[in-house]
Amino acid sequence: MTEKILIKGSVALARGAIDAGCRCYFGYPITPQNDIPEFLSDALPKAGGVFIQAESELAAINMVLGAAAAGARAMTSSSGPGISLMQEGLSYLAGSELPAVVVNITRSGPGLGGIAPTQGDYHQATRGGGHGDYRLIVLAPDSAQEMYDLAGEAFNLAFRYRNPAMILADAILGQMKEPVVLHGACPAPEPAPWALSGAANRPPRLVKSLYLADGEMPVHNWKLYWKYEALKEKEVRVEVDCPPHCSLVVVAYGSCCRIARTAVDRAQRRGLAVGLIRPVTLFPFPEKEIRQAAERARRLLVVEMNTGQMVDDVRLACNGAGTVSFKGYPGGEVPTPDQIEAEIERVMKAGELRVCQR
Amino acid sequence: MSTVAEKQVFSPPSCLKENIYHFCPGCHHGLIHRLVAEAIDFYGLAGAAVGVIGVGCGVFLYNYLAVDCCEAPHGRAPAVATGLKRVNPGAFIFTYQGDGDLAAIGTAEVIHAAARGENITVIFINNSIYGMTGGQMAPTTLPGQRTTTTPAGRKAPGDGYPVHVAELIATLPGSAYAARVSCHTPAHIRKARQAVRRAFTAQLEKKGFALVEFLSACPTNWGLTPEASLERIEREMIPAYPPGIFKDF
Repeated sequence: MTEKILIKGSVALARGAIDAGCRCYFGYPITPQNDIPEFLSDALPKAGGVFIQAESELAAINMVLGAAAAGARAMTSSSGPGISLMQEGLSYLAGSELPAVVVNITRSGPGLGGIAPTQGDYHQATRGGGHGDYRLIVLAPDSAQEMYDLAGEAFNLAFRYRNPAMILADAILGQMKEPVVLHGACPAPEPAPWALSGAANRPPRLVKSLYLADGEMPVHNWKLYWKYEALKEKEVRVEVDCPPHCSLVVVAYGSCCRIARTAVDRAQRRGLAVGLIRPVTLFPFPEKEIRQAAERARRLLVVEMNTGQMVDDVRLACNGAGTVSFKGYPGGEVPTPDQIEAEIERVMKAGELRVCQR
Repeated sequence: MSTVAEKQVFSPPSCLKENIYHFCPGCHHGLIHRLVAEAIDFYGLAGAAVGVIGVGCGVFLYNYLAVDCCEAPHGRAPAVATGLKRVNPGAFIFTYQGDGDLAAIGTAEVIHAAARGENITVIFINNSIYGMTGGQMAPTTLPGQRTTTTPAGRKAPGDGYPVHVAELIATLPGSAYAARVSCHTPAHIRKARQAVRRAFTAQLEKKGFALVEFLSACPTNWGLTPEASLERIEREMIPAYPPGIFKDF
């Protein structure tokens, strides 16, 4: 049964997780994501689930690991410094092929940084973040509705590929209230074939990431590699709005893209041939769509709330096709639509052929 | 021809696999594995038990015990066990951790699992040294003990004083059972067997967090023979770490 209500992005995400069958949350307080544990501390026990305020993010992610090993849909949420502490657990989750959802409502850094909206954790999220040869599935919502929808999508992808998934958002998305259509609870998930519950009437099961015998580890690494290749092949989510003959395509994600969208709309209404690409999955990255745009428009403008991170992936995707410009707003600085519109105009007029404006 | 009726009076625990231990000669992990297996058999828990294994020489417990097992990152076994237990309160969850794992890198996790009164059982191996990494100082290393990172002997203050885990856990209201045992003589092994059973009972009766600390030999990294290692436990470790039951529900 669907229902439309006005809620904060953080609450939408928490409700999306519950509707997706999440019954376990483990976390440690950190600004600006406390609405999520506060909401779930009440809602999860009422839904028959488990809520624990852990002693640290290290403990929280390892409680998630234990719950995932038991076959449950478990999640945690945090922000920059806490996500850094979780990298150990994320590496073990990926190595042990356990699914889980981790939410990063980012804050600026490095270090204690600030709590204003920022996108400085892109590299950490999309490169795996912890030690070893692995990737996270990374989803980047741009609205309260997507905070709700992608929470479910993150669980589905995490369980389909047995790999941790991250939702990368920021305080704008967490705090702003928008109308959200709730779709109701999804059917109960199938019992997990790896679940550790005691070896009654079956052989014992083992959840592990240690491979010491000769030749074991490369086999495991290639197995993970092919999983990530399958994700690239089948699970890219991207919004493409490139009118025919456009000569510039803006690439942005998350809250930054909400602002870029306004700027692009205005520019289009003024007759400028400009398009917009919004990666919804940051890993797998929409390489094909971006390369096609670069081949057609010949010019891309990447806008991020950092000093330039996703722009690396855009350049790799283009692989020399077209020219990539970058405009960055780090440290909690949020661009206005006017600023981005002015940048669009500047790049188009200049016919700029080199990367600048770091 | 007369026959003598055979009656089996002894057999290994049924949940203990027949694999040959990889442990060094004189190591006590094998004995302790066996005591855990006996307790699993005693309570009929082979179909309900999940072992959470810390990082160290004990990590291969799953090669010897025929129960569900989960590797935990170094020190985090009590947190992993918490997740497993809360999802499945009917399962019997135990951790198996060394002194580097539990008393150094994992101090926060074990203290807070006990503080929450988490209904799990912790088997803690104190051999006063890091075994798997090659004999470095542990938080349980005795004053004056030579290790590869305290070549002149552990000096306190500076290198630190030994950490007494069983006593520490007993101070927390959330703990139900905390004991220290040894297995360097048959008499101590009998007491250890009772302690492990009691720590299992605590969980089965939902009394809260239970921990058994084992004094254990590491002849390889102590640079002693297995026999001399037993003497060291009696002469040096027992006075520093007195066996006893510090909390019993």
